[in-house]
Parts: sequence; structure tokens; C-alpha cells
Amino acid sequence: MGTEDVARTPSTTATMWSKAFFGPTEAVIPAEEAAVDRIRAKDVHAHFGKTHAVRGVSMNIKNNRITAIIGPSGCGKSTLLRCLNRMHELVPGARVEGQVLLDEDDIYAPGVDPVMVRRRIGMVFQRPNPFPTMSIYDNVAAGLRLNGVRGRSTLDEVVEQSLRQAALWDEVKDQMGKSGASLSGGQQQRLCIARALAVKPEVLLMDEPASALDPVSTLKIEELAKTLRDTLTIVLVTHNMQQAARASDNTAFMLNGELVEYGPTAELFTRPRDKRTEDYITGRFG
Amino acid sequence: MNALSAAAGRRRSLDRLMTVLCFGGVLVALVPLVSVLAYVALQGASALNWDFFTQLPNPVGVPGGGMANAIAGSLTLILLASCIGLPVGILGGVYLAEMGNGPLGWWIRFTADVLNGVPSIVIGVFVYALIVVPMKRFSALAGGAALGIMMTPLVMRTTEELVRLVPNTLREASLALGIPWWVTTLRITLRTATVGVITGVMLAVARIGGETAPLLFTAFNNQYWQTRLDQPIASLTVQLYNYAVAPYDDWHRQAWAAALVLMTITLVLNITARVVGGARTAARR
Repeated sequence: MGTEDVARTPSTTATMWSKAFFGPTEAVIPAEEAAVDRIRAKDVHAHFGKTHAVRGVSMNIKNNRITAIIGPSGCGKSTLLRCLNRMHELVPGARVEGQVLLDEDDIYAPGVDPVMVRRRIGMVFQRPNPFPTMSIYDNVAAGLRLNGVRGRSTLDEVVEQSLRQAALWDEVKDQMGKSGASLSGGQQQRLCIARALAVKPEVLLMDEPASALDPVSTLKIEELAKTLRDTLTIVLVTHNMQQAARASDNTAFMLNGELVEYGPTAELFTRPRDKRTEDYITGRFG
Repeated sequence: MNALSAAAGRRRSLDRLMTVLCFGGVLVALVPLVSVLAYVALQGASALNWDFFTQLPNPVGVPGGGMANAIAGSLTLILLASCIGLPVGILGGVYLAEMGNGPLGWWIRFTADVLNGVPSIVIGVFVYALIVVPMKRFSALAGGAALGIMMTPLVMRTTEELVRLVPNTLREASLALGIPWWVTTLRITLRTATVGVITGVMLAVARIGGETAPLLFTAFNNQYWQTRLDQPIASLTVQLYNYAVAPYDDWHRQAWAAALVLMTITLVLNITARVVGGARTAARR
């Protein structure tokens, strides 16, 4: 994508970039004091066999905000994200230490069912992954149906509402019976977002949701994230700094498995406190 | 320059030689296949008539008659075999694909592969000792069990391969919706692999449908209709064998007809499986 190249052009100050990112029209950053912490990660370590992918990350994720996690490839940002809804442990040989509190409950406490955690904390993946054997309708209804929800009218209602929330309703309302795989890449990704929304999660984790999409679809996903912020807490992993700057309220910068810096997006991009953050956002590495 | 063009010439002639050899190899491989198909079709077609599908075998010396009971018997045996082969094979295959990476999975896989290679007559002997001897008689149940034992590893290994092909992203998508693991496995993973599994099942049915050896001393044979499963039952393959080795011309003709019917069923199953499987790969692209 063109934006990547722009980020790599040599530049001297971070301030210059912040202007390029935000432009004059960018919305005011909400007052952070007002927001409640929804997820609190405390000293989280994640391993894949012998690889120590996340090294002692502690961060609080604000309610009804979009929190972006940026960093170079392999810095552990996706792994950290997958630790937040217990998806990390599905990989053979994977291990997590530390605490992740959702409100007051430790999701890693003994006796906690990961299935219940994942119902409250949904996820959207890097590549659109609609269920290929299911229609558009069935894809959105899958989370409810396979958890035992019956009743056509309830399902109809949730499906329409979720598709509207995912800004896909108008494009698919006349072809609900068609295969989810018949949609374009961007539509498929919004279908996946609708599918995740249908189970009414409180938090939505997005793992580079636009990295496989074209710029127009990418913007749609970002706009969508911003509208969902009112009802949801969103954590967005991205390797695209412009995306973090455009779409997030708070940004975390990770490097080699550690959380280097975390703060309001505007501040992190204009006045990074850490030299490594500044080097990264000015394109000196990564 | 000359050396180069000489080398190029050598390469060209070697290329042509290899093409001819490969083509010749294909032809040699096709000759037996085509001649079997053609000969059976030719011999069988003349003996095939409506009676073959509707009449019971006639006593020796009385011309005419058919193999209706054997056709029904073969279907019964395949059905019985499927009662064992499908659930055990499919669930076992899912187990192997989803959590068969431990030692238990290794042993199941190893056993299935060995079982796949066991001569079918050995399975017949095994079932004879296991079921026929205690029951003190040949039976459809024993025949079905023998075929089911043959079918299980076939279905299990194809199911495993096809379930493994299901992209992991789909499992993750489902689990991330808070769908329990076993529901994900059955309703998403296995469902996605269903078309392929059906293909595998059809091929397995085609395979056991053509088996004679495991039936010889399990289901035995029967000249009449048989509705009880604890009694000997006729099958196309055993009937074919008996008729083919008998010294009567009329029986020989009927054996050819039975061969044609068997071959047609196998071919249809194989071709359908390929078409269905082909449609699946096309849809994925």
C-alpha cells in the first residue's frame, strides 16, 4: 500500500508526521479520565514452546475506546491480543502466565471456562474467514445457533441488527441465502465482524482486520470501528501506523515482546516519550 | 556454437524419446483396463435381462432365473458394514485429525494402516472365529461385520486427511464466537469437510462392494430371499464366484451378467465420487 512507503521516507521530527496523520479534520480525542478500565492485563507472559513472545506486559484497556497495538512484525502484538480472549492457548505448546482481568474477573483463574470468556470477548481475524458451507445469513447466525439459540424471529432480528452494525445490511439484504464466500474481501471481513457482533460481545479484538484489504475497504473497516466504539471496547492490532493514528484513541507500542510505550494516540505520535517509539513512528526501523 | 547446437539437438531427441516412452507406458497400462471393461461389457450385456434383476436363481438345469436376492443381499451387507464403518471411521478420522498427535493417535493410525493392508480373506477368517463359530451359523451379520472391519480404516484415513485440510482459521473463527470445542469440530470442521468425506465413503463402499473373500465363510450364500440377519445371505460377488466355477453354460452367462452389474456399480460410485470431489476443488478456487 502507498501509505507504507510514505512512512518510510526519511523525516526528522515526529511532529511533522502527526500533522500528516491527523490533518485538520480529526476528531477531538475524548477525555481519558472519563473512561473506565475494561480490561487490565497484569504482567502477562506468553510462550510458544521455547519462544518467549510476550514479556511481562501490563496495560489497562479503556471502556468504549479503540486501543491500537502497533509494532514491527514479530513483536508479539498479535500474541498479546490472543491472550486477551484465551485464543493463544489453542496453539500447541502455547502457555500464558500473568493475569488478565475483564472488569473484576481474572479470565485465567482456575475454573474459568474459556468458552464463556470468548463469548464476552469476540475476535476478528487478519484474513476474512466466513464459514464456506454457510450462507450469509447462517454465517451471522452461527454464533447463536451453535450455542443453542432457536427461534426464527430472534435470529432474524439479531442478524439484521448485526449486519446493520457492520454496515453490510444494505449490500446483502437481498441475497441472504448466498454463500458468504461469494462476497468481496472487504464485504467478507464486514460479514465476519457482523458474525462476531451477533453474539453481543463486550469487547472486540481485531487482529490486523484490514491487512488483506484494499484501501477503500480498509477505510470502511476503520469507520465501522469508530461507530462500534459507542457500544463496545475495541482492541485493534495493526502494523499500519497511519491506521492506528486514524482510528484509535489510545495506542500501545510493542517491541520484542515488551510494551514500550502506551498512551493517548495523539500524544504517542506527537510527543513519544521513548526514543524507540520515536524511531519506529518516524520510520527509522520496522 | 556447433557444440551448443549439437547439445540442443541431443536434448531435443532425448525429450522426444522420453515423451514416446511415457506415452507408451500409459498405453500399456490402459490395455488391461480397457480390455477388461470391454470384455465384461460384451459378455455381460448378452446375458443381462430384466429377469436378472427380478427373479430368484433357478435350480440347476432350469434355464433363466436371476440374482435378485444376491443384489438385495449385497445391498444389505453394505448397509450393515456402513453401520460399523461410517460412525467408527468418521469419528475416528476426526479424532486423528483434531487430537491424534499423541501416542494414542500414532497407534490408531498405525493399526488402521496395517488393517488396510491385511488380506481380506484374513478378515473373513477372523470374523468366522469371532462371530460365526459362537453363533454356530453363517449370517448376514457376520458378513456385514467383516466388510465393516474392512471399511473402517478406509473411511478413517480419508476422513482424517480431509478434516486436516480444513483451514485452521475456521476453527478459530468458531471458537472465538464462544462455540464449544466439540460443537466446532462437528458443526464447523466436519461440516466443511463433508463433501470430501462423502467422496471417501463412496470409494470405500465401492471397494467393499466388490469383496468376495471375506464373505465366503461369513455371509456364505443363499439361493432364496432372506430377511433375517442371523441367516446366511446371498451376495453378488459370492454368487458370481459360485456360478463362474460351476460347469453350466447358463450359470456362466449369469456370472458374466453379475460381473457387469458389479463393475457398473463400482464405476458409477467411483465416477460420482470424482465428480463430487472435483466440484469441491473447483469451488475452493
